[in-house]
Amino acid sequence: MTDFLNYLILGLTRGSMYALIALGYTLVYGVLQLINFAHSEVFMSGAFGSYIIIHAVVGDGKSLPWFGVPLVFILGLGSGALTGAVIAWSLERVAYRPLRRRGAPKLAFLISAIGMSFFLSQLAGKLFNRFTNNQFPTYFQQNRRVLSIAGADVSVIQLTLIVTAVLMMLFLDRLVSGTKLGRSIRGVAEDAPTAALMGINIDKTISRTFIIGGALGGAAGFLFGTAFTFSNIMGFLPGVKAFAAAVLGGIGNIRGAMIGGLLLGVVENLVPTAPWNGHAWIGIGWTDVVAFVVLVLVLVVRPSGILGERLGRAA
Amino acid sequence: MSLLEVDGIEVRYGAIKALKGVSFEVNEGEIVALLGANGAGKTTTQKTVSGMLRPSLGEIRYDGKRIDGTPAHELISLGICHVPEGRHVFPRMTVNENLEMGAFRFKRPDDKLQAHVLDLFPRLRERIKQQAGTLSGGEQQMLAIGRALMGKPRLLLLDEPSMGLAPLIVKQIFDIVREINNDGVTVLLVEQNASQALALANRGYVLETGEIVLTGTGRELLADDRVRAAYLGEEIAS
Ligand SMILES: Nc1ncnc2c1ncn2[C@@H]1O[C@H](COP(=O)(O)OP(=O)(O)OP(=O)(O)O)[C@@H](O)[C@H]1O
Ligand SMILES: [Mg+2]
Repeated sequence: MTDFLNYLILGLTRGSMYALIALGYTLVYGVLQLINFAHSEVFMSGAFGSYIIIHAVVGDGKSLPWFGVPLVFILGLGSGALTGAVIAWSLERVAYRPLRRRGAPKLAFLISAIGMSFFLSQLAGKLFNRFTNNQFPTYFQQNRRVLSIAGADVSVIQLTLIVTAVLMMLFLDRLVSGTKLGRSIRGVAEDAPTAALMGINIDKTISRTFIIGGALGGAAGFLFGTAFTFSNIMGFLPGVKAFAAAVLGGIGNIRGAMIGGLLLGVVENLVPTAPWNGHAWIGIGWTDVVAFVVLVLVLVVRPSGILGERLGRAA
Repeated sequence: MSLLEVDGIEVRYGAIKALKGVSFEVNEGEIVALLGANGAGKTTTQKTVSGMLRPSLGEIRYDGKRIDGTPAHELISLGICHVPEGRHVFPRMTVNENLEMGAFRFKRPDDKLQAHVLDLFPRLRERIKQQAGTLSGGEQQMLAIGRALMGKPRLLLLDEPSMGLAPLIVKQIFDIVREINNDGVTVLLVEQNASQALALANRGYVLETGEIVLTGTGRELLADDRVRAAYLGEEIAS
């Protein structure tokens, strides 16, 4: 029982990261029908961006007074989001918009995306390889236990990660369903030429979509970096998992991405460790395999994902 | 002065020339019908007026100012509202959200106007929370027109509003077009349904493979042998 809860909490922590990143894939897919493979590097850039700011402010962090901790945390979240937003916005301007203008085939976008992914990851390596320890300053006691449920401990960082991610997702949900900006994004996703007839500027809407997705991904980069370690190649695995989560939930569907992310995180941590008594049948080494087996199985049953449209959209 | 002047526009899809120098005008307060066989270029003409397409030659003037090449999302702020061919409602938004989309150019939708639109189309009021993709074809057409009205058009472009609808609904829609026109909205109407369109229109133009071949008042065109032969086949046979 205790083990089960421990893995469940771990799964929710991981899953909320996947969900935040998955939103970036799904938002961009919604408006462009394009998988932005460079999104994993947007996530990575958020970790570097926030590291630079936090390091500049707190140094090694040892002397931070208690009330400074939330401030630094918010600063990190903000600078991660800002970095992600700027990188994602530039990405669209440099790598996608020129192709869109020329009516390039889908394959060209895909290659451009993969190229940008390599470029950003290598660039970060080149610029920042002097950060040897790849760890955020320890400005608070991350692993202190805040509460304990049936013997399972929840640490400060786990709780912070989950709560922050859920708050950001609720915010996004409100944004998309309840504001004009959200309505313009949905309009472009459903029928771009008609959205233009309503007075919606398609280019601007696409830029804003990249900015929102980038901000979420960048913030996730900060959260992930704070909790674990960061490097120029940190984007790859969480990126692939988040992409899988977006597909799992139904690509293009925002709530689907949230559910898919959480589900993937939970399943990949619970399944390999079953029956949670220390003698796992599958073994923790199979975590990534389990994640993708689940993806394949779900897609066999529901080819368009959990909340996805049935194949062939209406109208 | 005409509200809309289209002057020798040529529109290409790649190598295909869909419009080969089309000129016509629409005066403020008129209903003007644009007729023509399938593929004549009616939809292309409307899309060029609403800014979805750019002419490679020629000029379009609206209210005396050149508008060709101005993108669609800017033209709506001048009061050019386009109900595209095939309705194109937003399928996963509700009826209400679709109407709000029509008023996107304003800070917020005009409640009085929305009530008026729902009076014109009581069926939409009953289905205000329904997803637009699940409406019947006729209801979608009503929604598409209602959505355009929410943008407070000065010039309304209607592309085959009667397509695929039962005769009774067609009559309703044409009656509503007349009512909209009586409220002071200028209408450029594309139709296959020539007799009804010409009965409604002040004037009409006939397009044939990208060129205007005939023009006249609604009555004149209705009486013209060429129009009768081409669009009202059954009447000439009698
Ligand atoms: N996107 C496109 N690419 C290439 N050719 C096109 C495109 N759209 C229209 N055309 C061609 O341009 C010509 C005019 O088409 P348009 O849609 O304007 O006709 P229409 O008069 O509206 O016909 P209908 O009554 O069938 O709606 C046709 O020959 C059509 O094949
Ligand atoms: Mg047409």
